[in-house]
Amino acid sequence: MFNRGGIVNIRHVGHHAIDSVLRLGYATRFIALTLLHSGTSFRRPRLIVRELYFSGVLSLIIILVSGLFVGMVLGFQGFHTLQTYGSESALGVLVALSLVRELGPVVAALLFASRAGSAMTAEIGLMKATEQLSAMEMMAVDPIARVVAPRFWAGVISMPLLAALFSAMGVFGGYLVGVVLIGVDEGSFWSQMQNAVDFREDILNGVIKSCVFGVAITWIALFEGYDAPPTAEGVSGATTRTVVTSSLVILGLDFILTSFMFRGV
Amino acid sequence: MERSTLDLWVGLFVCAGIGALLVLALKVGNMNGFSAADTYQVKAQFDNIGGLKVRAPVKSAGVVVGRVTGVQFDNTRFRAEVTMSIDKRYQFPTDTSASILTSGLLGEQYVGLEAGGDEAMLKNGDSITLTQSAVVLEKMISQFLYNKAAEGNTSK
Repeated sequence: MFNRGGIVNIRHVGHHAIDSVLRLGYATRFIALTLLHSGTSFRRPRLIVRELYFSGVLSLIIILVSGLFVGMVLGFQGFHTLQTYGSESALGVLVALSLVRELGPVVAALLFASRAGSAMTAEIGLMKATEQLSAMEMMAVDPIARVVAPRFWAGVISMPLLAALFSAMGVFGGYLVGVVLIGVDEGSFWSQMQNAVDFREDILNGVIKSCVFGVAITWIALFEGYDAPPTAEGVSGATTRTVVTSSLVILGLDFILTSFMFRGV
Repeated sequence: MERSTLDLWVGLFVCAGIGALLVLALKVGNMNGFSAADTYQVKAQFDNIGGLKVRAPVKSAGVVVGRVTGVQFDNTRFRAEVTMSIDKRYQFPTDTSASILTSGLLGEQYVGLEAGGDEAMLKNGDSITLTQSAVVLEKMISQFLYNKAAEGNTSK
């Protein structure tokens, strides 16, 4: 009895292991196919422009508003803590560095995953469930080149732009609270910020981070959609998995990237 | 959706994103940092550099004229060797003196240059010979305490 239960459990573990390795292999083949077939979307940039509208422009409002509020909260909290040490003038440094290095890329990516990533999964999953993808194949139109690749590139392009907008909005929010509302000296706010923030070290690394996140999110979202079981339940499960997996992947990748980028200094 | 409105929105989005990057680079960061092209390298040896770090500013009369690009230990003379790259626009005489100073009471440390009166100017690869080390707070306090103790002994 006990023995049998043990074997079943071990079988269970083995099944999951084989399953996840298989899925990883499928996902790798999927991204390779996507990259291989992206020629069409660059020859017809209109395809990418359309997807840029859906994943980039429609995410703008949530990104801008969250950026503003995150910046304003950072302004309040930073001022509160820095005041204890009599160094309120370093508020600009605190707001700018935390936004440009971490919060901008990470929070923008989390929002992007839940706003645009889930939509991508649901759209492609439904296309598959309603056999639109098979219909394309019947018409000798490659669904990966026509449907997947433009969405992938649109996500990769719009992610760094959205992260930059988030950071800029956040710095503006910190300025609003710190300088306009509380009355930190405007000159020292900007000059200390400019002294501390380095273009290559901080801003460029933030952009690299957001590019990596863009690739990860769109890859996960598109694969989950493409791989979803063609049922209502399957599509909803795939959408949930997209948000959960990409959020976890963003946080893990952020830790790895940060430990490489900011270790020495 | 109308094709032209879609294009307009995407264009606006891309322009706003690139604009935000430019704002971050120019207003938040110090994009006008010194590039390798228009600087010259100068070395200086110090007995003690305190907490001087790479990328610390090099200032003369309070104006940033360059950056510290390297800090090494000279194993033959047992002194610290600091490499600085200074903007080509600023030329200093060869008898310029370098000292390690602190901005504020506990602020970051920087290299201060004080121009001398020589006719010849420093060139790429030259060394500054007149140097003054960083003030180490612990040494200063112990010296002060030592002096105080000595004073107490003599007055007895």
